[in-house]
Amino acid sequence: MTDFRVEVRVTPRRGILDPQGSAVQGALRSLGFGEVGEVHVGRLIVFTLAAADEGEAEGRVDAMCRQLLANPVTEDYDVRVEALAAA
Amino acid sequence: MKMGVVTFPGSNCDYDCYRAVKDALGAEAVYLWHRDHDLQGVDAVFLPGGFSYGDYLRAGAIAALSPLMREVKAFAAAGGPVAGICNGFQILCEAGLLPGALVRNRSLKFRSRPVHLLVERADTAFTSEYEAGQVLEVPIAHGEGCYFADPALLDGLEANGQVVFRYCTEDGLVAPAANPNGSARAIAGIINAEGNVLGMMPHPERAVEPLLGSTDGIGLFRSLAAHLARV
Repeated sequence: MTDFRVEVRVTPRRGILDPQGSAVQGALRSLGFGEVGEVHVGRLIVFTLAAADEGEAEGRVDAMCRQLLANPVTEDYDVRVEALAAA
Repeated sequence: MKMGVVTFPGSNCDYDCYRAVKDALGAEAVYLWHRDHDLQGVDAVFLPGGFSYGDYLRAGAIAALSPLMREVKAFAAAGGPVAGICNGFQILCEAGLLPGALVRNRSLKFRSRPVHLLVERADTAFTSEYEAGQVLEVPIAHGEGCYFADPALLDGLEANGQVVFRYCTEDGLVAPAANPNGSARAIAGIINAEGNVLGMMPHPERAVEPLLGSTDGIGLFRSLAAHLARV
């Protein structure tokens, strides 16, 4: 088994109104960052996981996202899995 | 006739709901503990408002996985009436017992005030004491009550008559200005296709006595009692 570091990024599904992102966009522009385009605010979930290989880790994390970490109705997710150096 | 009110850690309308059943309606009410696997033989289940598990991850997401929800799902699958109010509605959506999702209010503001509701369906187990087209005044108190579903699902809900309550003006007009949270098609409450699981963001249990400013919510409890007396 190998230990993996997992990052799950959850963002509002593209095309769904994201009032929080819009508010942050407005605030950034009011600070003078007029170059800012579309903004989305999501969440980052970080954990470690033991799995036989990267493929298994990704499969397990995908199942976690579908069952709990993201809402399939309103959110998209992106998973990054990285093997931790052996202790 | 016994109605159960589930208490999750962070529920804060469980007592309101318990009182609505016990004192305003005059039926037997019991609390059900989220960690038990026991519905205590109740005839109906309420999932109350609040901030179960601190709204961590998403409102209702963790509560939807709590031990008692397994019994609630089985109870609902067997046709037992389940009503989710506010956080309870969010839990029902997260548990997959109702379609769609509740997201952050479009205004980004927590809205706590009375609203008007148009009764779309007066032929459900929860609304038979109302009349279709009737306007109710009931409070809301939520930050994440914007009902969202994709257009195909919304069309399906409309076609099946699953939209039970809509936000409206005092005169019963469904208008953007009367929609407190940006809900799709001004949806305030829906029911499942089988007609035994209701979810709504407004709080009927907070409108059951004159002292509370409105008694329009008591009809929901009376409807459920009448339904249970029939079955």
